[in-house]
Amino acid sequence: MLVGHQPKEFLLAVSGLTVSFDGFKAVNDLSFYVEENEIRVIIGPNGAGKTTVLDLICGKTRATSGSIQFRGQELTKLRENEIVQAGVGRKFQTPSVFEDLTVFENLEISFPRGRTVFGSLTFQRDDTVKQRVEEVAEMIFLKDRLNTYADQLSHGQKQWLEIGMLLIQDPDLLMLDEPVAGMSVSERAKTAELLNRIIKDRSVLVIEHDMKFVEDIAHKVTVLHQGQILSEGTMEHVKNDPKVIEVYLGH
Amino acid sequence: MINSRFFNRSELLGFLALAVLLFLILPLSLDIFRLNLVAKYLTYAFVGIGLVLCWGYGGILSLGQGVFFGLGGYCMAMYLKLEASSVANTKIQSTPGIPDFMDWNQLTSVPLFWKPFHSFPITVLAILLVPAFFALIIGAAMFKRRVGGVYFAIITQAIAAILTILIVGQQGYTGGINGITDLRTLHGWDIRTDHAKFILYFVEVVLLFGCIVAAQFIRLTKLGRILVAMREQEDRVRFAGYSVANFKIFAFCAAAVFAAIGGAMFTLEVGFMSPSFVGIVPSIEMVIYTAVGGRMSIFGAVWGALLVNFAKTSLSESFPQLWLFGLGALFIAVVLAFPNGLSGIWADHVQPRIDRLLALRKSKSAAGMIADGAPAE
Repeated sequence: MLVGHQPKEFLLAVSGLTVSFDGFKAVNDLSFYVEENEIRVIIGPNGAGKTTVLDLICGKTRATSGSIQFRGQELTKLRENEIVQAGVGRKFQTPSVFEDLTVFENLEISFPRGRTVFGSLTFQRDDTVKQRVEEVAEMIFLKDRLNTYADQLSHGQKQWLEIGMLLIQDPDLLMLDEPVAGMSVSERAKTAELLNRIIKDRSVLVIEHDMKFVEDIAHKVTVLHQGQILSEGTMEHVKNDPKVIEVYLGH
Repeated sequence: MINSRFFNRSELLGFLALAVLLFLILPLSLDIFRLNLVAKYLTYAFVGIGLVLCWGYGGILSLGQGVFFGLGGYCMAMYLKLEASSVANTKIQSTPGIPDFMDWNQLTSVPLFWKPFHSFPITVLAILLVPAFFALIIGAAMFKRRVGGVYFAIITQAIAAILTILIVGQQGYTGGINGITDLRTLHGWDIRTDHAKFILYFVEVVLLFGCIVAAQFIRLTKLGRILVAMREQEDRVRFAGYSVANFKIFAFCAAAVFAAIGGAMFTLEVGFMSPSFVGIVPSIEMVIYTAVGGRMSIFGAVWGALLVNFAKTSLSESFPQLWLFGLGALFIAVVLAFPNGLSGIWADHVQPRIDRLLALRKSKSAAGMIADGAPAE
């Protein structure tokens, strides 16, 4: 490495992140960095703290100590909605869509305009909104279901709708928690195709168990174990790491 | 797309049916005593409309709407009382020119917070702003700290109890348990005559329709959809970039303002205001009216207020002890069997039948037309 080389600007810099629940450290002194346009997959056994890491980044859980810098902005001090407005989008493990609203309305609510009380009172459903909603609906295979109430959708379709709701926000960092869990084989293939399309031009942080899926998309893999990083690198590197093999196969 | 019109067909019918009932049928068929009772029932419809937005749509159950109803009512009563307490009217008091209960409590001048209520425009502003401000403070304190659901309901109920105790305790400033009574004129116009009651009834109905339109407007904006979204998936709304607390505060404030308008009209219609309309029991009754009418329906809330109060008057005249049990049983029945109240029953059972009947008639008349047309060919 060159002396005096400027440290590269990371999109997301997590350093010394710790959260403890009644003394139990779910995430323990964790540091990792995500670059622009990088696709990072977090894997690890159950209870490794994967979902907690996403919860910490998006503000759902407050860190006990440590820092999360996003484009130089400290996220640990922001509220959830401010983190979203900074450009971080999060998909939850179980599909969380608004079941009493139509597909169109679900996407419209996620459209990044009129997010204040007054803004939403004066919000107009103009052509820009309609076009964008239709565009996204097409991408998530729900173009002909725009007027369907979300509670009528299948599990896989709900997952797509939630991905669409993130997509319409156009976040710089997209966080996906097990996006293909519980899907049928054909839905899974379609989702992989969808994800491959939407991860362009942004950074993505994915939690996933499906190793084939991980291999397909990951630039870099982080293996978590008991709230700490066990191994990090390319899929090839991680797969051959004796510590990883020990944790996954040893017990 | 969805809801491109302000009222859909069945809502328009509901609007017209209510307008015909309140503007024509009731004033033409009832004597002034009964009409005044209807006016009193309708004041609760204002509270109901607010609860539909706040509870039905936003999922925020407030068991303290009596607080805002009372604040609106007291603001109006303070204005009317000051006007009724002219020096000429109160010359037998030891301090003439102040409200009678102040004189009885050895006050010698009108307290500072009463002074703005000498002015009618300020009173009107206060009726709208005081409850909104109060709701803003409660809402900000609760929702910013993510207090919600049953905890919020309990706290609002406690506030209703506290306000009642405060009013009763501060007799010299509030009129105590008796409330503010012996109200006479509004801006020089005697509100006790039959004629005035007739006019006031229409003023109230016009205001009610104004509130219905305002609530419908809110419901149809994106804010209305965010309220529904919030009720189901609060976190998802947050992670769509919205401050959930601010939206809850807005819904709660809007409900408070509607309730306050109802309270102010109550004072005008009934001629007094007392803490018995502020506390826990009236607050819960207001929720029951809304639940019976249907918490998802603005018109349902109006019907609920009318019908339950009508039942209350007729039943409590004949069985005074049984009424409260009846009300409780009604609430349980509605919650268990008809969670969407009367409007739900209407939408699920009556409306489809009407639609089917209309469709049948249409197809019949269409068939008839073909039959008529056939020979001519």
